[in-house]
Amino acid sequence: MLSNFFLLMKHELIIAVILFLLVIIKLGKERDQAGLLSLVNVLLLINLVAGLLFNKEGSLFNDMFRNSSLAALQKNMLNLGTLIISLQSYGWLKRHAHALEFYMLLLSTLLGMFFMISSGNLMMFYLGLELSTIPLAAMANFDLEKRRSSEAAMKFIISSAFSSGLLLFGISLVYGTTGTLNFAEMSPLLNGSPLQIFAFILLVSGFAFKISVVPFHLWTADVYEGAPVAVTSYLSVISKGAVLFVFVSVLYTVFKPLAGSWYNMLYLLSVLTIIIGNLFAIRQNNIKRFLAFSSIAQVGFILVGITGSSLEGSSSVIYFILIYIFSNLAAFGVVSVVSDVTGREAISDYKGFYKTNPVLTWILTIALFSLAGVPPTAGFFGKLFLLMSGAGTGNYVLVTIAALNMVISLYYYLRIVKIMFMDENENPMARVPIPVLPQLAMGICILGIISTGFIRPLYDYIYSLGIGF
Amino acid sequence: MFLPTLIFVPSLTALAVLVCKGLKQVRVVALAGSLVQLVLSLLLFVQYRQERNAGNDAQWLWEWDYTWFEPLHINFRVGVDGISIAMILLTAFVVAAGVLVSWTMEKLSKEFFFLLIFLGMGAYGFFISLDLFTLFFFLEVAVIPKFLLIGIWGSGKKEYSAMKLALMLMGGSALVLVGVLGIYFNSDIGNGQHSFDLVAIAQTGISPQAQNIFFPFAFAGFGIFTALFPFHTWVPDGHSSAPTAASMFLAGISMKLGGYGCLRVATYLMPEGAQTYAWIIILLATIAILYGAFATMMQTDLKYINAYSSVSHCGFVLLGIGMLTQISITGAVLQMVSHGLMTALFFAAIGMIYERTHTRMVAQLGGLLKVMPFISTVFVIAGLCSLGLPGLSGFVAEMTVFVGSWQNADTWYRVATILACASIVVTAVYILRATGKAIMGPMSNAYDNLADARWNEKLAAGILVIGILAMGIAPFWIQDLVKPGTESIVQRLLGF
Repeated sequence: MLSNFFLLMKHELIIAVILFLLVIIKLGKERDQAGLLSLVNVLLLINLVAGLLFNKEGSLFNDMFRNSSLAALQKNMLNLGTLIISLQSYGWLKRHAHALEFYMLLLSTLLGMFFMISSGNLMMFYLGLELSTIPLAAMANFDLEKRRSSEAAMKFIISSAFSSGLLLFGISLVYGTTGTLNFAEMSPLLNGSPLQIFAFILLVSGFAFKISVVPFHLWTADVYEGAPVAVTSYLSVISKGAVLFVFVSVLYTVFKPLAGSWYNMLYLLSVLTIIIGNLFAIRQNNIKRFLAFSSIAQVGFILVGITGSSLEGSSSVIYFILIYIFSNLAAFGVVSVVSDVTGREAISDYKGFYKTNPVLTWILTIALFSLAGVPPTAGFFGKLFLLMSGAGTGNYVLVTIAALNMVISLYYYLRIVKIMFMDENENPMARVPIPVLPQLAMGICILGIISTGFIRPLYDYIYSLGIGF
Repeated sequence: MFLPTLIFVPSLTALAVLVCKGLKQVRVVALAGSLVQLVLSLLLFVQYRQERNAGNDAQWLWEWDYTWFEPLHINFRVGVDGISIAMILLTAFVVAAGVLVSWTMEKLSKEFFFLLIFLGMGAYGFFISLDLFTLFFFLEVAVIPKFLLIGIWGSGKKEYSAMKLALMLMGGSALVLVGVLGIYFNSDIGNGQHSFDLVAIAQTGISPQAQNIFFPFAFAGFGIFTALFPFHTWVPDGHSSAPTAASMFLAGISMKLGGYGCLRVATYLMPEGAQTYAWIIILLATIAILYGAFATMMQTDLKYINAYSSVSHCGFVLLGIGMLTQISITGAVLQMVSHGLMTALFFAAIGMIYERTHTRMVAQLGGLLKVMPFISTVFVIAGLCSLGLPGLSGFVAEMTVFVGSWQNADTWYRVATILACASIVVTAVYILRATGKAIMGPMSNAYDNLADARWNEKLAAGILVIGILAMGIAPFWIQDLVKPGTESIVQRLLGF
């Protein structure tokens, strides 16, 4: 019984143990910062490896908490992403006075996401979501001396409080119409009555805020720009990824009876998101804002995949998020190293970047190609499978819009490539040294980008865990 | 023959280029790789003839299948017929010549040769694919290197051209993607299973309604690659801004990706769709032929002359496909090969002239035959091939297209054929005018001390001239080569 408990909650327990360890270390005497950071990274690596071993399916606490192979896979992906982010923000954290606090907040949010993914009950889901959101606001404020950073935190906390409000309203209405908060019991009671549809719209809006779907995206760019790079990448990859995982599973299992209504909703939202995200990304001058809008557009493509509502649908979304972790983090890795050394974040600063920093340029180029969906990078497969899933419903209008928008998105990704390779600059950025740990992180990302599409068992495994109808 | 070798050799060459140091090592490795590939392609051709002579009449030879994404029915499936082999030969000739022409590329030589070889790899993969997914994959692989090649090593308004080319070609492949997905979801290979497998789809077919919806997507998408009017505007800018080798690759290889795709994916898999839309294809092709020819007359820059004439010549490819007779389709394939060799040669010659005189303006050139007889001769051969002189490949290809087109008894189709024929006169005007001014004519004193071609340039031109002559003097071998392939397409068109 007890071993059952330990195995089922393995991911969560390890994170909690690491959290306590960090608290104890913090209470002890001052230590060498570099050594401390290496220790944390080792702990995160142990966390990742331990997550891959001894997996068990089952539920605990009256179905409040469920673990399945799919949930374990999703948690492992988040673990991987967190490790990469931790490695690549080494340079920034090394000089930061509160590096340990940063990790405590980071791990709390991760813990919240894990609970959210494993939740079998709307209450539990809400608890996890809040646990993953509130520390993020503190993290957005982590460039303590910068005003923009606290502005970002303020915007983030207000918009997430608003979206939580919407969610809670939706949850209470769902409870009012079905009389239960348990996912499994709730599903058969959903009959598409107007009140339920209303509740559902509120729930989707709450989700849409978290994954910055247009028209709920307005906070995204400002927060991404103001927050420290490490937090921006965490927000755009890990936090979004976790909510998307839950969104897909909730739609495909719990809200299956309402599939007809949410199909049209997602159709509209995805078209809006892709187009608006793309059009705004074209005009950005700050590279973090640029990546913010590009990530909005990416979510639009993910929604296209979700509309498929088949086995292909869920597996293509998970597969894409895995690839998205690699590609977006590779791009953020370069931005993070550059902004850490030079403090420059404007796109025009990257003019003539290739002359002084060929390696970083190639890494960013490959990452952008992957985001744009250019073969042979993994992004190609990710995008294509999303579109395939969307085409599976026979809605070729949506697929055509998405495919043509891939061309628009290619324009702004190529624009950055052009600026780095082709634009002349009299005093380009000096050579940026890359510390060992960020090198490692970028290496993992590039390896992932190049090889994911060619590792056959990977997609097969994700597909075998797929949910759909 | 183990077909994936055709992909492995360029991939290994590209990787080897990456670990080399300095221009000297890089170019030797790149040349060695592309010569090995040339030998392999010739070997493939010889073996193909042996197989056919031995009575092997399978449609696809040396098929090889590897499951890639099993749940989605995506396979890495390759195989060749005569049309693919003709295209592979063309690619191998152009890649080898392109590497030789770039022998003294000092600027970022490693990246340059890597991208060239990588682009070639995409083309080989495309031509041997028998799976729509793999085919699409390689089609896109061959696009992005062009952006970097033009943008970094190009001249003139290179960034604009590079971006225009990349976006238009990607737009083309977006349309192709919709077409391919449409084919996939309308295919039924038993038990309601969908498939990307070209052979299986051809056997079971897809419904005429679906063909009428998705044929335009696939055809227009591939058509953009091969300068389908009105999507031809990337051609002049792209070709004229590109460095010499990239121009050769663009005209010689990547425009052929489109023609091959129109034939293999659009027409072969959706014959009813092809019949429905044939008149539009012919209309657009005729416009492209005439418009291209007249636009060329107005050009003063040698590269623009060749680029616009490419629009006109690629119009013949589309015309041949649109006429839907066996001879016209054979003609289209021949025209692809011929145009590929000829424009590559033309661009090589223009590049050599530009490198020495630093101008491509016809008005500023003159009397080059006296100082650089070899280059001038090459230029004249390319020009004469372009205007269709008998004995060179252009004549054979265009003649076949015209004969095939005339077989179509419809009045309007015959009008189109006559108009297309008439464009040859215009071609003669611009080619002879440019040649007369630049090669003959009075020589400017500034050009007195210019040197003729070096060994690498002679070799590059030699390789391409051999191809042109081999097709022009003895066309039957290539007609035999592509015949089974075109027959199978025509059989589908006739509804067997």
